[in-house]
Amino acid sequence: MKNKAADHRRKFLKSSIYAGVSAIAGTSLIQGCNTGASNAGEKVKLLTTDGTLVEVNQSNLTKMSHQPVSPDEARKGIPGRHFVMVVDLSRCRNARKCIKACDHHHQLTPDRPFIKVLRMQDNKASSPYWMPKKCFHCDNPPCVKVCPVGATYKRSDALVLIDNKRCIGCRFCMAACPYSARVFNWGKPKPQKTDHSYSPETSVPSQIGTVEKCDFCPDMLRQDKVPHCITACPNGALYFGDQIADSVTNGSETVRLSTLLRDKAAYRYHEELGTEPNVYYLPPSDRLFPFKEAPEGQPS
Amino acid sequence: MDLDQKSTRTLNYFVPQMVTISKSGILQLSILILFIMGGFYALYIQIVDGHIVTGMRDNVVWGLYIANFIFFIGISYAGALISGILHLLRVEWRHPIIRIAEIITIISTIIGPAYILLCMGRLDRLHHLVLYGRIQSPIIWDVLAISTYLIGSIIFLYLATIRDLAALRDYPFKSKWRHTLYKFFAVNFNGNSKQNRYLERGLNIMSAIIIPLAVLVHSVLAWIFGMTLRPGWHSTIFAPYFVVAAVFSGTGVLIIALWVFRKYYHLESYITKIHFNYLGIILMILGALYAYFTFSEYLTSWYGSETWEMEVLYKLFDPHEYWWWFFFAAIVGVVVPILVILIPQFRSINSITAVSVIAVFALWVKRYLIIIPTLETPLLPLQDMRPEYIHYTPTAIEWLLTFAGVAMFCFLFFLFSKFLPIVSVVKGEEGTNYAELRKTVMQRIIKRT
Repeated sequence: MKNKAADHRRKFLKSSIYAGVSAIAGTSLIQGCNTGASNAGEKVKLLTTDGTLVEVNQSNLTKMSHQPVSPDEARKGIPGRHFVMVVDLSRCRNARKCIKACDHHHQLTPDRPFIKVLRMQDNKASSPYWMPKKCFHCDNPPCVKVCPVGATYKRSDALVLIDNKRCIGCRFCMAACPYSARVFNWGKPKPQKTDHSYSPETSVPSQIGTVEKCDFCPDMLRQDKVPHCITACPNGALYFGDQIADSVTNGSETVRLSTLLRDKAAYRYHEELGTEPNVYYLPPSDRLFPFKEAPEGQPS
Repeated sequence: MDLDQKSTRTLNYFVPQMVTISKSGILQLSILILFIMGGFYALYIQIVDGHIVTGMRDNVVWGLYIANFIFFIGISYAGALISGILHLLRVEWRHPIIRIAEIITIISTIIGPAYILLCMGRLDRLHHLVLYGRIQSPIIWDVLAISTYLIGSIIFLYLATIRDLAALRDYPFKSKWRHTLYKFFAVNFNGNSKQNRYLERGLNIMSAIIIPLAVLVHSVLAWIFGMTLRPGWHSTIFAPYFVVAAVFSGTGVLIIALWVFRKYYHLESYITKIHFNYLGIILMILGALYAYFTFSEYLTSWYGSETWEMEVLYKLFDPHEYWWWFFFAAIVGVVVPILVILIPQFRSINSITAVSVIAVFALWVKRYLIIIPTLETPLLPLQDMRPEYIHYTPTAIEWLLTFAGVAMFCFLFFLFSKFLPIVSVVKGEEGTNYAELRKTVMQRIIKRT
């Protein structure tokens, strides 16, 4: 009877890996539980996939360190995917939560952010607007073309990543990128807390004398989750998804990508450069918020 | 090897200068070494602290180092193109200056790429260029082109020096190591007709190879910039523009070097006003060509008036930004040399050297103006709060390493002059043969008409 219960519990725990992780503080995942362990230790509350709360013995849980893929493995894309981002400019009000989430996740210091929110004004007659800008993960990336050692590369799932163990720091990619997407570790990066080895999919830890940029959080994508900036946006301005599946989500709603792009007259920044970006912008019309200038001294 | 009277005289004139060093020479040498040490100190700091010690930041990712790199590769043209072309055209007056020109080539082809290494964030991963090199990258084109060019230039200089090495081998030096050294490099050359014929053929082939190679090196260098989608860089004329600018500055440096060696080693009887006049006229023609390219380049982008291009142009023409530098680099540095050389009354050894100094400085500034204003003009608006991210200012570290490069250039030149006579001693036979050939051809033409 006891065995059967344990068996059942194991099955259920396996199925609730993703749902359960938010209940445990920190980043550890549940791998399974040990049969036979009984009343020892504290009880932990977990949320199951069907939304019910259960209590488990802590001793039944083992910590699984989630190792990101190796630099070699990170050169291959996630099969059958083509990731895209859509930024709805009518919803951005320069809340800068995406920058904060990104800085936190990638352990960046404010002097080298991956995301910038720029104050744009297309012409004198039109109103200014805020434009969140990250790496465009171009399909014809000028940075990848010029890299002498293949440290930055294009994957089958549309991502452009950097292997900072191979980068020689020539900065040709930075000169070649028309979108200023890249940052350089000019000095020693501040010590970063991490329990796993370096992977181009996490961009952590940073290394002196190498280039970094927005990576679309492939470690999240591998877990079928969206990048941190998407969920951090309080206004749902950022959509992320898969071109092949033709769907994008901003965390609260999931929409058909092709319909969204068509109906909202999406454009890509400087299409004429021929870089084929994978980030689309929806024009800042019918805005959710009126434009408000940034407070004094705010970095972009 | 049997030497004629003139060669023996030249040899006897140069050897004492090669084996001794004057007191002022020691002083000058220690100043050079001081500057080089300063450079090593700066390099040490840069390696320990990273490139944060330079003025480069995320927008202006390249600075003085790359400007110096283009500059040194540019002056390397002195030897390659000038001595190559003069050799192929059998120009008689080239003999006293050709050695100096070739040494300039080799030294600057060594120092130039050193600046690329200084610019690299991870010098410890240099071998990645071999392990993971991608032929699609213009940097790899550059690595291949420059290394080929350097090897070609060394072979060219070596072939042009073998006769002198043989003469030095036979000279009764006191020190034994010199004897061994020259014996090794003279490879049993004794000046018989068969050896001379092969040597002459080798020189002809090498001078024919070195000219396209030199053009290629600077074209590839220009393509590093031309291939990127940036205003002021993305231009089809960049390769020929760079080549012309390079020969212009190379000729300028050659004139300066001739002046210095003429004074330093008292070579008045070898390097005469004719050399300065002829090289001055070459400099003038190249200056006009360079001015034509500059005009064409900026007129095109101004007339088209694309916003992005105009932003760079406005920076160059803004008195608060780069106007005075641009004025010096594109106008003073070209007009003054052309005018001074054009008017025969102004033409003298000193005036030609002075305008060469102006031209060389102007060309260095031009390289700076090619790199920095463009990098300060990204496509997306620069909304950074940090002034050092908007404007590039070179730091003391970068200046120290720049001066160290110039000092290294002079130091290596000095070193060369202690091993080889700075003016070629033994003249090849091809000169007289060619003159005779020309005579017979001319006679035939006259007979026919």
